[in-house]
Amino acid sequence: MRPTRNDPGRLPWLGAMTLMLVWTSWAQAHIEHGQATGFVTGFGHPWSGFDHVLAMIAVGIWGAQLGAPALWLLPVIFPMVMAQGAFLGLIGLPLPGGEVGIALSALLLGAMVGGEVRPKLVLAALLVGALAVFHGHAHGTELPAGQNGLLYSMGFVIATGCLHGLGIALGLLHRWPTGKLALRGAGALIAAMGMLFLWKALA
Amino acid sequence: MSRRDCQHTSRVALAVGGTLLGWPWCAEAHLVTTGLGPVYDGIGHLLVTPEDLLPVLALALFAGLRGAGAGRRVLGVLPSAWFVGGCVGLLAHGLPVFPIPALSLLILGTLVAADLRLPLPAVSALALGLGLVHGLLNGVAMQQTGAGGLGLLGLLAALFVLVALVAAGVVSLHQQWTRIAVRVAGSWMAAMGLLMLGWFLHGGN
Repeated sequence: MRPTRNDPGRLPWLGAMTLMLVWTSWAQAHIEHGQATGFVTGFGHPWSGFDHVLAMIAVGIWGAQLGAPALWLLPVIFPMVMAQGAFLGLIGLPLPGGEVGIALSALLLGAMVGGEVRPKLVLAALLVGALAVFHGHAHGTELPAGQNGLLYSMGFVIATGCLHGLGIALGLLHRWPTGKLALRGAGALIAAMGMLFLWKALA
Repeated sequence: MSRRDCQHTSRVALAVGGTLLGWPWCAEAHLVTTGLGPVYDGIGHLLVTPEDLLPVLALALFAGLRGAGAGRRVLGVLPSAWFVGGCVGLLAHGLPVFPIPALSLLILGTLVAADLRLPLPAVSALALGLGLVHGLLNGVAMQQTGAGGLGLLGLLAALFVLVALVAAGVVSLHQQWTRIAVRVAGSWMAAMGLLMLGWFLHGGN
């Protein structure tokens, strides 16, 4: 079928092609120390902690359960507030109970998904934002030395977005009755893991 | 929000953004060398330097969200201001370090994420501030590497094409989810800017 001028199906392809065209920094024939290292290390950091991964996926799933506008608002709030937490960590501001907060985030977000809780949007946003501070602060204080700041930040934020995207993709199961049950089961599992993290943090 | 509140918010945002973007300090000055001559060095510099590329993309996204009029205005103002800043930079002698790219990303990314309805003069002022400051940094870099005016010319050509493509692409987005995707990208850019700022204050590069 010949595509029409306003064919919306062309948009993702155009976007992907544009991204590939502008994403050429690794194809340079000269050596720039720390460039790829910064991005790769930043991209890998959010995946390095199971507690972080579970909480960020739970945010995506919960957003999908709640539907628009929470579907996109929660995954926007989390990285932005997490960056604020990382900022606090980077400038050396201490945040007491960081590990407990991260464990609580998995526990609470898992419970929200498991119970398919539907609070007001403001409350959901406040909860996600408050928990994101702990994750960001932990990342901010753990940043390795010798990295390229911007590339590291790019990798870090994009990886966080990917984790939320993964959660949202899983949340698409919510369209089917069996999928709803599976998501609630996943939420309960995340909450149980959060309980385990909390026990370890307090032990 | 009433019209008056909106105008007030716009003025405050404009004042804060303009002050920060126009602050006469700068970050690192460097230039990518392609081996194809100064014009291609200038083109390559914009496309492979995230410190310049991301703020420009953020402004183009924002202009696109604000409509065709804002896109056309930015298309005219940004390269012009970049040219003026670049010319000044070519004559300057070293600048103190300040995280300009971080602030540019933070401000413009936040504007994109919030989809703030700034009036056309405010969008123009943002383009002016961004162009002058980043142009100044590029001018200094080109002076140091010997790319000079030709490098600046190449960079301006790349800038014009990039802003035209991105802003026009966003203007043509009509489905709600596509505009939301643009705003999500803006929130990521703001988060990157904030992280960069923290990194700078932490003492990293």
